[in-house]
Amino acid sequence: MAEKLEKIEKAVDEKLTVAEMYANRPRKWWVYTLVVLIIAALVGWSGSTVQFEGLTVTGRSVAQGVISGITHPDLKLMFGTSNTDVPYLLLQTMAIAVLGTIFGAILAIPFAFLASTNILPKPLAYLFRVVILLIRTIPSLVWALMWIRVTGPGAACGVITQSVCSIGMISKMYITAIEDLDTRILESLDAMGCTPFQKIRYGVIPQLTASFISTTIYRFDINLKDATTLGIVGAGGIGASLVQCLNSRRWAMVGSFVWGLMILVLIIEYLSTQVRSKLARGE
Amino acid sequence: MDNETNSAVKLTWFDKIFKPQVITLPNGHSTIRRRSRAPFIVALVLLAIILSLRMTGFDMGLIIRKFDKLMDLMVKLFHPKWSFFDKVTRPLIDTIKMSILGTVIGCALALPIAVLSSTNIDKNRVIVSVLRFILALIRTLPTLVIALVCALIFGLGTFAGTLAISIFTFGIVAKMLYESIETIDMGPFEAMEAMGANKFQAFWSACVPQILPVYLSHSLYCFEMNVRASAILGYVGAGGLGITINERIGWRDYEGLGMVLLTLFVVVVAIEFTSEYLRGKLS
Repeated sequence: MAEKLEKIEKAVDEKLTVAEMYANRPRKWWVYTLVVLIIAALVGWSGSTVQFEGLTVTGRSVAQGVISGITHPDLKLMFGTSNTDVPYLLLQTMAIAVLGTIFGAILAIPFAFLASTNILPKPLAYLFRVVILLIRTIPSLVWALMWIRVTGPGAACGVITQSVCSIGMISKMYITAIEDLDTRILESLDAMGCTPFQKIRYGVIPQLTASFISTTIYRFDINLKDATTLGIVGAGGIGASLVQCLNSRRWAMVGSFVWGLMILVLIIEYLSTQVRSKLARGE
Repeated sequence: MDNETNSAVKLTWFDKIFKPQVITLPNGHSTIRRRSRAPFIVALVLLAIILSLRMTGFDMGLIIRKFDKLMDLMVKLFHPKWSFFDKVTRPLIDTIKMSILGTVIGCALALPIAVLSSTNIDKNRVIVSVLRFILALIRTLPTLVIALVCALIFGLGTFAGTLAISIFTFGIVAKMLYESIETIDMGPFEAMEAMGANKFQAFWSACVPQILPVYLSHSLYCFEMNVRASAILGYVGAGGLGITINERIGWRDYEGLGMVLLTLFVVVVAIEFTSEYLRGKLS
């Protein structure tokens, strides 16, 4: 920074014109060349395996089918009320996400406190962080596949999967909130003679609620999108029906599932953004 | 009487149903305290939980009854079969290649679209809202469903996976990027225009240097996500590690699965650390 200022001062002293200063502007061309070279090398390396082999025999008809399905969805399926219709399946998907998020948020609290460096000594906290990282790296679909072996297929499996998966991200964000705790408030409460319980009630909880709730709502958003794919492996929700229709090439049904899914996700995303920005403003 | 106090505290429809408490201060003025919304929210959440429990048929007993089965699985998972490592490397490299190529393609496409959909650069409201709506729709589609459709059209293999990742990356990076572009400082742009530079020159020298680091940072972040996401794409036949994972679970070879997940964990953590380091440098 100081170097930059010096340069500008020098330029002003030398009474350079604007055009001359522009010609002398800092150039990081070697950084950009390096970045471009690295990216080019990586693309070259990976391009060797990924090859375009043309459409499959039925490729064209599939593409046409998908487009016709999206433009002509099956309206009876879309607004029906039976167990296999879109509204019920969407509600079930949402139910999975609600339970998964709430259980995950509760389970994440102990993890987050145990992994915060201002609560536990560093080595112990880092140990818990590795566990959290382990949970986070395993894709949710793999969790679902493993849980199905334990619980059998169904919506309950989806709930367990999401509860476990959510721990990873939620506790990661809780940790940041806990480590940002303002400890001076605790000190002043201490000075006032508060009991430990009062210190937690009036010093810790008010500082954490807003960010905890915000994180949970954000995760609900993600879980809802995730819940739509969990059905593919048989863990309940709309995904199973969607994939069945895709594989049996019933395009009108595919269309109505996709539309239902898009509308639900858009609505939830909008609501969650609204609530979270309200929370951030402290209302 | 309450005109003054009412204007100080904003009343919403909630306060019209549950009348706020009026407190008379010692000096004769009165102020109001809004009724807490907490009981109302707690009741809503409880209702959601009860409805969701009924819908998903989830019960805690299931986990307790199957606990030994779960422990059996976990124990096997944590005793990875080291000899299986040789068979993991190839699909793992495929997965990484898929994510690199997908990320690069998606990010390259996202840059112009993001510039066109940020309100401070593109003054045309119609284009901005249409582009944003399309991006929002793309983001609602689950990656796995995109991958499945791609696999049906272009045949099984890495190409379908790469395409799915590009579409997913495109939606996310474009959104993150236009949000960041809207926060850049437009002062230099206006100054350069005032000095007589044309729109493109001003954009190139005043905006691009501000956008570029953010763009690279978002791309790296997305690459991180893509490595994790592409690991499961193989489940629907889109190449990579997913095929191996699915196969291992199908054969109940949890020791082999443990090895696959361990390798994935190491790679993901390594990529995350590198990317976090690079992103720290960029900002």
